[in-house]
Amino acid sequence: MTKLNSKIPDGPLETKWTKYKSTVPLVNPSNKRNIEIIVVGSGLAGASAAASLAELGYKVKCFCFQDSPRRAHSIAAQGGINAAKNYQNDGDSVYRLFYDTIKGGDYRAREGNVHRLAEVSSAIIDQCVAQGVPFAREYGGYLDNRSFGGTQVQRTFYAAGQTGQQLLLGAYSALSRQIGKGSVEMHTRHEMLDVVIIDGKARGIIARDLISGKLERHFGHAVLLCTGGYGNVFYLSTNAMGCNATAIWKAHKKGAFFGNPCYTQIHPTCIPVAGDHQSKLTLMSESLRNDGRIWVPKKQGEARKANEIPEDERDYYLERRYPAFGNLVPRDVASRAAKERCDAGYGVGVSKMAVYLDFAFAYERYGKTKANQLGLHTASGAEILKLGKAEVAEKYGNLFEMYEKITGENPYEVPMRIYPAAHYVMGGLWVDYDLMTTVPGMYALGEANFSDHGANRLGASALMQGLADGYFVIPYTIGTYLSQDIRTKAISTDHEAFAETEKKIQEQIDRLMNIKGARSVDHFHKRLGKIMWDKCGMARNEKGLAEAIGEIKALREEFWKDVRIPGGQNELNAELEKAIRVADFLELGELMCKDALHRKESCGGHFREEYQTEEGEAKRDDDNFTYAAAWEFKNVGEWELNKEDLNYQVVHPSQRSYK
Amino acid sequence: MNLTLKIWRQKNSKEEGKLVTYQVDGISKEMSFLEMFDVLNERLVAKNEEPIAFDHDCREGICGMCSMHINGRPHGPWTRTTVCQLHMRAFEDGETIVIEPWRAKGFPVIKDLMVDRSAFDRIMAAGGFVSVNTGNAQDANCLPVPKADADESFSAAACIGCGACVASCKNSSAMLFVSAKVSQMALLPQGKVERKDRVMNMVKQMDVEGFGNCTNTGSCESVCPKGISLHHIARMNREYLLANITE
Ligand SMILES: Cc1cc2nc3c(=O)[nH]c(=O)nc-3n(C[C@H](O)[C@H](O)[C@H](O)COP(=O)(O)OP(=O)(O)OC[C@H]3O[C@@H](n4cnc5c(N)ncnc54)[C@H](O)[C@@H]3O)c2cc1C
Ligand code: FES
Repeated sequence: MTKLNSKIPDGPLETKWTKYKSTVPLVNPSNKRNIEIIVVGSGLAGASAAASLAELGYKVKCFCFQDSPRRAHSIAAQGGINAAKNYQNDGDSVYRLFYDTIKGGDYRAREGNVHRLAEVSSAIIDQCVAQGVPFAREYGGYLDNRSFGGTQVQRTFYAAGQTGQQLLLGAYSALSRQIGKGSVEMHTRHEMLDVVIIDGKARGIIARDLISGKLERHFGHAVLLCTGGYGNVFYLSTNAMGCNATAIWKAHKKGAFFGNPCYTQIHPTCIPVAGDHQSKLTLMSESLRNDGRIWVPKKQGEARKANEIPEDERDYYLERRYPAFGNLVPRDVASRAAKERCDAGYGVGVSKMAVYLDFAFAYERYGKTKANQLGLHTASGAEILKLGKAEVAEKYGNLFEMYEKITGENPYEVPMRIYPAAHYVMGGLWVDYDLMTTVPGMYALGEANFSDHGANRLGASALMQGLADGYFVIPYTIGTYLSQDIRTKAISTDHEAFAETEKKIQEQIDRLMNIKGARSVDHFHKRLGKIMWDKCGMARNEKGLAEAIGEIKALREEFWKDVRIPGGQNELNAELEKAIRVADFLELGELMCKDALHRKESCGGHFREEYQTEEGEAKRDDDNFTYAAAWEFKNVGEWELNKEDLNYQVVHPSQRSYK
Repeated sequence: MNLTLKIWRQKNSKEEGKLVTYQVDGISKEMSFLEMFDVLNERLVAKNEEPIAFDHDCREGICGMCSMHINGRPHGPWTRTTVCQLHMRAFEDGETIVIEPWRAKGFPVIKDLMVDRSAFDRIMAAGGFVSVNTGNAQDANCLPVPKADADESFSAAACIGCGACVASCKNSSAMLFVSAKVSQMALLPQGKVERKDRVMNMVKQMDVEGFGNCTNTGSCESVCPKGISLHHIARMNREYLLANITE
């Protein structure tokens, strides 16, 4: 029944990629010069792909909606990037990275892809260092590592709390070099609004120049969507304000299947919502859970301040429930546990929707060690505390500073208040081993595809995946397609398919502008976000999801009758930009709920209340759900489900336990 | 809080702009500065007026998109803070706040508070890279880098390219921005191979873009949200001199 072919090469897992690389058809250099490739997005995935393809000799056009490619949201990643270097001699290997990622994803990812990811991880670090990325180093001058959740080795490379920034600036420098040479034509402040399909193949895009408002046509022999994640469907998330689903959603409506839309990652440690004005949520890196202890008061509705609550009246609930992993359980588990405590009435802060992340013990521990190192054996408690705080500041200073700016509270004096927030999407466009969607010639890279993280992503793996896709996978796999396309001449953008697609987009814009309703775009976005958060967030159930679908449909109708967009369309108009994005979120939200409703099991970030163990843990149903759901668009609000069976040949799925 | 805002409104790059006064009430101290703008814009939409255009994206101080001159200071009153991280606690009830775009020849206004900073991208394209194709690299640990150099290089690489340095400078100089990249690369073995061409090409492009020279006033450093130090400019000057005399 399935129309899906994942094109995983035959042969043993560890030789699939090597064999693929040495047998993939090549495009000769003189032909490359005549082949044009469109790359939408300039984040880690897009910038690395655009630069690498241009280096190979292809003619590349790259697009982003920000004013510079350097500002893509990859810039905000804090913690680090994984690679199986085994520099620490602690037993890491390609296999272990592969295994941890498959297990972390709760056995809902493809073995072939994940193994390839682990294989190329090492070369990513080499490439970045060669570009001048200033990773953290030890005193001997060699690269330093830190540990992250869900693993037992130290394989995370980092640059203070700004790893994403440094990696993106590296990729941006490679991209800039190609722009300078004229081999990449960069279009900033441009938003792709649709793909153009000719004879069943992706052949270009329609993009809006955000300054003039003009619609433009761009041809490409192939189109790469590297447009990031859709976490902003929740309105409040750790994503940047501009992150959107439009590019992949329009592609979906043109035939690209959507993979596992309901798999979303809710990150446990974010600064909680402060009021109705809230526009985004700020992440406090996972690395803080190395040293912070999470707790709530033992008494419901506790009115005392954190520092007034004695030790024996505190519930360190993660340590209580998961003695083996304690505060370092994976993200999905930590998030659900926080929600459970707050829902049961133990939350803290004004809103009561927060838990404490407390560093008091770390101050003491680090302070004592430091005092010993300094030979201060008679140091007083106050001196130890002071030394300890200085040590913690060295590790996490920038995060503490950020916390204080936002909340006005000094986290060195009172515990941080944190709560889970929408952060990352494992779902995205379904792609095969070549990273090609179900539309020939259209690829999806980075967070935009559904690829390698199954139902839950481990920390520090998204950066790895984005760069793997762009630097080391697509330069090879695109040859499979383009080698068959060398006789295709550039198609004129006067072609009727371009005209027709542009006309449809123009109609959509006209329609939006002419509604002249009473409510702002944000009004609708906030309401959608609330439905998604309440009913398709950390915990889901059949009744809630069914309700959500009805509510989203109704909200969508209301939006198309009552949204108000001031200003004109032939000028810079931020409200219009938002409206186009929210119109797509209003369709995507429904599909997410539909997917969540159909998956009658709990796995990773998808927790269905009906399917849990007696202890309240996620209960998978491997017999019935070991597949990737790939949704085929039929009509607005109407989809057909296709299934790609996941065959585990090397790893054997078992229940994840962190007790 | 009730505030009086005087905000620069300019329809597009061709028309002239002016300061327009807005009264906003009901602002809470917990809001970020940009959330205060969201509230104002929401009210403008309700009145069918055009909202104020301003650049922003990450809202966590790292993308470098936000860029407002607040009461004469880029990014407002807090040190080492971008506008998006500035919170309304910084202001008093009843205060008047004047908000303008970056002002510099190299950064023409696009609309209201948005400016065109593509000159920075062109400077980078002129030399802000190491010429290494994907796949060329050897094992990362083949090139040990002294920790002090790596840390110093990182402190330069932390630049977010927001342009506050240019906006604060009486000469509209982009030296802090350019020197941050030159310095980051000059400190690393990977960057040494092309050090001369890099500094020459980047400085040349900087001049083409119409940015002024540095007269060591230091205002750039004091407003830089990432605390990029003036000594990177000194290092760039040395690099430039070296490149010139050995040419
Ligand atoms: C706060 C935060 C911290 C994180 N920390 C880590 C970490 O420590 N480790 C880790 O591994 N991962 C981390 N992640 C996840 C990781 O950063 C992202 O998954 C990854 O960077 C996504 O890269 P990308 O290239 O796919 O997309 P992005 O970097 O989001 O880039 C998307 C690009 O597409 C463009 N674009 C989008 N839509 C359009 C359109 N319609 N038209 C034109 N252009 C468009 C944008 O302009 C942009 O250039 C973090 C994420 C967040 C939010
Ligand atoms: S919005 Fe990104 S730095 Fe301010």
